[in-house]
Amino acid sequence: MAATDVDVFSNEEKRNLSLGGHVGFDSLPDQLVSKSVTQGFCFNILCVGETGIGKSTLMNTLFNTMFENEEASHYQNGVYLRPRTYDLQESNVHLKLTIVDTVGFGDQINKEDSYKPIVDYIDTQFENYLQEELKIKRSLFNYHDTRIHICLYFIAPTGHSLKSLDLVTMKKLDSKVNIIPIIAKADTISKSELHKFKIKIMSELVSNGVQIYQFPTDDEAVSEINSSMNAHLPFAVVGSVEEVKVGNKTVRARQYPWGVVQVENESHCDFVKLREMLIRVNMEDLREQTHARHYELYRRCKLEEMGFKDTDPDSQPFSLQETYEAKRKEFLGDLQRKEEEMRQMFVNKVKETEAELKERERELHEKFEQLKRMHQDEKRKVEEKRKELEDEMNAFNRKKLAVETLSLNQPLKKDKDKKN
Amino acid sequence: MIERPDTAVPSIAQRNLEGYVGFANLPNQVYRKSVKRGFEFTLMVVGESGLGKSTLINSLFLTDLYSKDYPGPSQRIKKTVQVEQSKVLIKEGGVQLTLTIVDTPGFGDAVDNSNCWQPVINYIDSKFEDFLNAESRVNRRSMPDNRVHCCLYFIAPSGHGLKPLDIEFMKRLHDKVNVIPLIAKADTLTPEECQLFKKQIMKEIQEHKIKIYEFPDTEDDEDNKLIRKIKEKMPLAVVGSNVVVEVNGKKVRGRQYPWGVAEVENGEHCDFTVLRNMLIRTHMQDLKDVTNNVHYENYRSKKLAAVTCNGVDTTKTKGQLTKSPLAQMEEERREHVMKMKKMEAEMEQVFEMKVKEKKQKLKDSEAELERRHEQMKRNLEAQYKELEEKRRVFEDEKANWEAQQRILEQQKLDASKTMEKNKKKGKIF
Repeated sequence: MAATDVDVFSNEEKRNLSLGGHVGFDSLPDQLVSKSVTQGFCFNILCVGETGIGKSTLMNTLFNTMFENEEASHYQNGVYLRPRTYDLQESNVHLKLTIVDTVGFGDQINKEDSYKPIVDYIDTQFENYLQEELKIKRSLFNYHDTRIHICLYFIAPTGHSLKSLDLVTMKKLDSKVNIIPIIAKADTISKSELHKFKIKIMSELVSNGVQIYQFPTDDEAVSEINSSMNAHLPFAVVGSVEEVKVGNKTVRARQYPWGVVQVENESHCDFVKLREMLIRVNMEDLREQTHARHYELYRRCKLEEMGFKDTDPDSQPFSLQETYEAKRKEFLGDLQRKEEEMRQMFVNKVKETEAELKERERELHEKFEQLKRMHQDEKRKVEEKRKELEDEMNAFNRKKLAVETLSLNQPLKKDKDKKN
Repeated sequence: MIERPDTAVPSIAQRNLEGYVGFANLPNQVYRKSVKRGFEFTLMVVGESGLGKSTLINSLFLTDLYSKDYPGPSQRIKKTVQVEQSKVLIKEGGVQLTLTIVDTPGFGDAVDNSNCWQPVINYIDSKFEDFLNAESRVNRRSMPDNRVHCCLYFIAPSGHGLKPLDIEFMKRLHDKVNVIPLIAKADTLTPEECQLFKKQIMKEIQEHKIKIYEFPDTEDDEDNKLIRKIKEKMPLAVVGSNVVVEVNGKKVRGRQYPWGVAEVENGEHCDFTVLRNMLIRTHMQDLKDVTNNVHYENYRSKKLAAVTCNGVDTTKTKGQLTKSPLAQMEEERREHVMKMKKMEAEMEQVFEMKVKEKKQKLKDSEAELERRHEQMKRNLEAQYKELEEKRRVFEDEKANWEAQQRILEQQKLDASKTMEKNKKKGKIF
């Protein structure tokens, strides 16, 4: 490491300097490690596979402990996820392990929606983390991270190929979580069949574009072992918590009439490889990938959905404040608009009804006028008739009077006549 | 056994492992990855000219960060306070450290030093702002951490106490950065003077409620004892030197005086080794963590609270601050929807009531109209009847009278006929 080679004193140039002695910052990784150990680690495993395929047994075998679990029945209505968290300790390392079981997977007659509860669960964990990250007062450093770091997909040991349910499910999950496919109950497949089966599975995954987790090969310390393990995927595993005496050792194994399948025997199954890769070598990388890739993808999609952008129409970068302020303005404007709309609707309604009522009033008024006129007519008729009658009466009275006046004179004549 | 703190998840069961699992290797994995990533650290040095800041940095990192080609802050004469950074990459034992030294030439050198801390505050805030923006982007790439992790504040070795500028500066910066006060050029103080000076300084620091960086307690009791010892030595009195001198056959960094050599790395001469151990060998990571978890979060929550409280009723409770601004908007939206619903219901109610009233009025009018119409009809009918009656009476009367007249006429006729007959008969003379 030579001294710097720039002439001008510039703030942006990074100079390489050599040290004249032991400064001591080579303890930085140790400081970091000691802090992590004090904080404790957290790891979340999702096991996806049919009922009875050996998920719980494998977990017990992997972590050398009896996790509590009830055997699931085959008659679940749908798929539901059952997370369980355990505190484990090995030497001075504390691990908060969460195992999520998919209960009822593969049991229904119609399995079209089987993947949905799984995807929803994974998304919910991302969402919870995102919400915490977006809070104003947040505490990320002691947040219990529940995001799924690894999905172990259990493939049934048919020996032929993947089931369509497997392909569909893995395709839906590969952009959300690290997937390691494993062949369960591998003690039912012979070596040659297994070899063919593995090749078939991998080619099917490739041809369907399913992205499974690749053990990282960029770190020289582990690249060799990782790349060789990549070639053994999918791991064919056997799980067992029972112990069998083989020779002078007691090992975990499955006892058959024809022999003993030893879990930790690498020529019997790939259990040891799985444990190495999953726990001993790449646990931290799985956590990192979940955070840096899958979570970031989720976060990006979610924020874009909510209308956040990194640059405004002029391609100037937005600051967070501007973004939030813009959002807020939009939001308030939206609310105001809604309020206006509602008021307007009411004003219209009122106008309409008013017009209606006015119309009715007018009709009523008209009716009233009409009746009035009718009444006037009738009254007039009555008056006419009355006048008629009166006239007749008058005429009659006059006639009567005339006759009576006449008859008053008449009787004299009669008398006169009589006298004569 | 270490007690685990209580967690929020209720059902966590303890399990004992019955054999080898392998996650005890996790720390090694973390170690490996961190070495691959490399480390970053930003150190800020503040103090008046001539207090030995550059020399101390060179001594701390055993390198010529400041040299003739790259002069230290005091060599660069500035009229106003500047904030300048130098980035260097140093490697040791396979570990890469990108060290950024931020210095403030011109600090405290003017006659009027009011607000000379402002450029410093602005610098720290701008780094926080950069990080906040990087963290809040939709597309996040690698987020380089340029935030200031530690600020070494150099106190002039007057032997009496803190100067007003010292107090003012530390008070303004203790909420933004880890402040570690140092007594500079400690080789001008005898051990007793130094003790008194330290006591005085600590007293004043406590009086003014200045929060300097505190060493966290660890779970290890041995470590805690050491930490307590260090705490008693605060503030650390340091001596720096660019020169290597020979003392008793050993080559050491020191300052050669006619009366002896003040050795930089001698614990009885000064606290330099304590500073170096603490700053670099044991607490560098913690300084970064405190910056990230405390100072940065403070800045962030203040910044975001300002954004969300814009135009919102500020009398709302503090409980709001635990939500993200988006969640808050969601909640406001829900509140608004409810308010609108209520408003709609109310308006609807008023509307219905008014309509009902009007309709009722119309109905009443209509009924009234009907009633009057009925009445008038009956009136007319009565009149008709009356008229009919009258006519009938009249007709009767008329008929009677006419009948009477006819009888009379008949009688007359008969009478006159009889008379005629009688006349004819000669009876009548």
